[in-house]
Amino acid sequence: MNNSALFVSLGGVLASAAPVLFAVIGETISERAGVLNLSMNGMILLSAMGSFAVALSTGSVVLGFLAGALIGAFVSLIVVFASLTLLQSQVAVGFVLALLCRDLSYFLGSPIMGQVGPRLSQLPIPGLERIPVLGTILFQQDMMTYLSFILVIFAWFFIFKTRPGLTLRGIGERPAAAFVRGTNVNRLRYLYAILGGAIAGLAGPIYSLSVKAGWKGTISGLDGIGWIVLSITIFGGWKPFRAAFGAYLFAFLQWLGLVLQPSLPSVPSQVLQVAPFPLMILTLLFVNIGNAEWVERSLARLPENVRRDIAKVLRAMNATPPAALGVPFEKE
Amino acid sequence: MRDNRATRLLFQVAAILFALIVTTGVLFLAKAQPFAAYKYIVLGALGSWDVVTNVLVSWVPLLLATSGLLVTFTVGLWNIGIEGQITLGAIFTTWAMRLMEQSGWNPTLILILAVLAGMLGGALWAMLAGALKTFGGVNEIFGGLGLNFVATALNIWLIFGPWKRPGVASMSGTIPFDRSLWMPIAQGSSRLTPATLVMAIIGILVVYAMIEGTYFGLRLKAVGKNARSAHILGIPTWQYMMSSFAVCGIFAGVAGAVQVTAVYHRLIPSISSGYGYLGLMVAMLVGYRASLAAPVALFFAALNVGSIQLPIVLKLDSSLAGVLQGTLVLFVILGQGVRSRILKKTKVKS
Repeated sequence: MNNSALFVSLGGVLASAAPVLFAVIGETISERAGVLNLSMNGMILLSAMGSFAVALSTGSVVLGFLAGALIGAFVSLIVVFASLTLLQSQVAVGFVLALLCRDLSYFLGSPIMGQVGPRLSQLPIPGLERIPVLGTILFQQDMMTYLSFILVIFAWFFIFKTRPGLTLRGIGERPAAAFVRGTNVNRLRYLYAILGGAIAGLAGPIYSLSVKAGWKGTISGLDGIGWIVLSITIFGGWKPFRAAFGAYLFAFLQWLGLVLQPSLPSVPSQVLQVAPFPLMILTLLFVNIGNAEWVERSLARLPENVRRDIAKVLRAMNATPPAALGVPFEKE
Repeated sequence: MRDNRATRLLFQVAAILFALIVTTGVLFLAKAQPFAAYKYIVLGALGSWDVVTNVLVSWVPLLLATSGLLVTFTVGLWNIGIEGQITLGAIFTTWAMRLMEQSGWNPTLILILAVLAGMLGGALWAMLAGALKTFGGVNEIFGGLGLNFVATALNIWLIFGPWKRPGVASMSGTIPFDRSLWMPIAQGSSRLTPATLVMAIIGILVVYAMIEGTYFGLRLKAVGKNARSAHILGIPTWQYMMSSFAVCGIFAGVAGAVQVTAVYHRLIPSISSGYGYLGLMVAMLVGYRASLAAPVALFFAALNVGSIQLPIVLKLDSSLAGVLQGTLVLFVILGQGVRSRILKKTKVKS
């Protein structure tokens, strides 16, 4: 592979990470507020199918994206209504919706399977696209890929540098304390879960109107992405930049699988496609192992200087979930 | 409103009605005729002795998976990794069958050993998820999901690699076993295997007896209700969690073994057929109680089998069964929430 082809492919990696990024940032916002949205896998499929159907019948890509966001927001609304208002298990409702939305997308999508519809056009940025190397990788993308860069920065700024961001973290960590300070915890949780759902819902149209244009039912290759998104959210430690790193790592590994395919003819392509998953488990293990009790106990037995180094490494990898994640808040 | 059996039944009936209304709406959206669709599902599940036996064939692995999940739910664990555990059960069973295929041993002995191997495979994979949870702090949902993907990859690699058909490997799976090594089929039926039916029925009875009638089950419940106080009371919490994973893995392994020895007679890429996830739905629908698991699993199996004909007769996707099952579970959960909210309000008033 010559260099320019390599740069084009690296640009492709950034584009294929864009939907994952939207979904991961959406889930991060929702989980920061204390709402675990486990429906992600079905929601992305349903919004991919729904937005393609809307774009196909109206001819408008914009309306397609709008439909994707609305589907994401609506599915999240069901999750928060069931868990915050009706006090049912977030995991149970999320899981049911993950399966239900998947089957809905296959059922309703079967008439439009394989049709050719509108798709998002490339939008090279004049001037910047001519920069050698970087221009090819960064500035010959479509609108949503640029937005995905901005989204990460914006989410980081909002969560860590603004007053409402502080409140958002508060309702996920110590809802009781936030309540005492006059915050309407449940109303904000509704707001952020639905907002997060809408952002994550855009992942669907980014697939069906751009990265993997069209709707191909069970062979779309989208089934499973939502579960990956949930793992990357944990890997990202509920921090936008670390989450973005996870999303790019995942996209890069999938691309690597495709590139290595010809040189490893004995390994079926389906195996290489799932290669990132075992790595995901390993990273989850690394991210979580610092929280395990036995690690702390055995660390205490080590000599001081060794212990300090290991503890430092563990702390750098470690991620602790928002304390009130998945726990409903009641005033009484 | 009072908290009694009648109001509970009322809400369950309402949930079924709402699920039917929503599914009918979905059918209208797909420009299909709802009543024709429902009619063909019923005919597809009950129309002839042949399709009824197909329902039973699909009931067995679903009930086995549900039975195992009831044990992990009792201790408060979400064993989403059950899909992978079924797959590993199937892989171990196939492996054992391949080892013994040419041995000339008694086929019954080979089948028994193959099912035992499946149990081992399922249990090992489940305990891996359990170890990740207890020693690595990895939530069982995410560890399990990851292990599901790994199991699928392992399965596909075996089918396309070491265990491929002579000549060309394909998605249709490994080469079928000799007819003498199939689970014996009932007379007058094409697919029904009485031995697996017995396994599934014994399985759910064992789980029911274990949870409701043994000291072990009582302690599992204690850990599930409140792991911290159970620990303080002297119950070794993590050992109980690991045992429940192992028990669930054994059941999942049997389900995988049934798929290989009685249904497909070979290893195929989607050997778990989604029975693990469907089992989670059944367990949620019955409120994690063993007493209703068998009939509800039968109903779900009937929906699945009944919808197989839909693409042919009505050009509708067979995922309609999943839509109906999903809306049903969703409305039962929502109904429980509404009911307990109303109950709380009436309690406050009085």
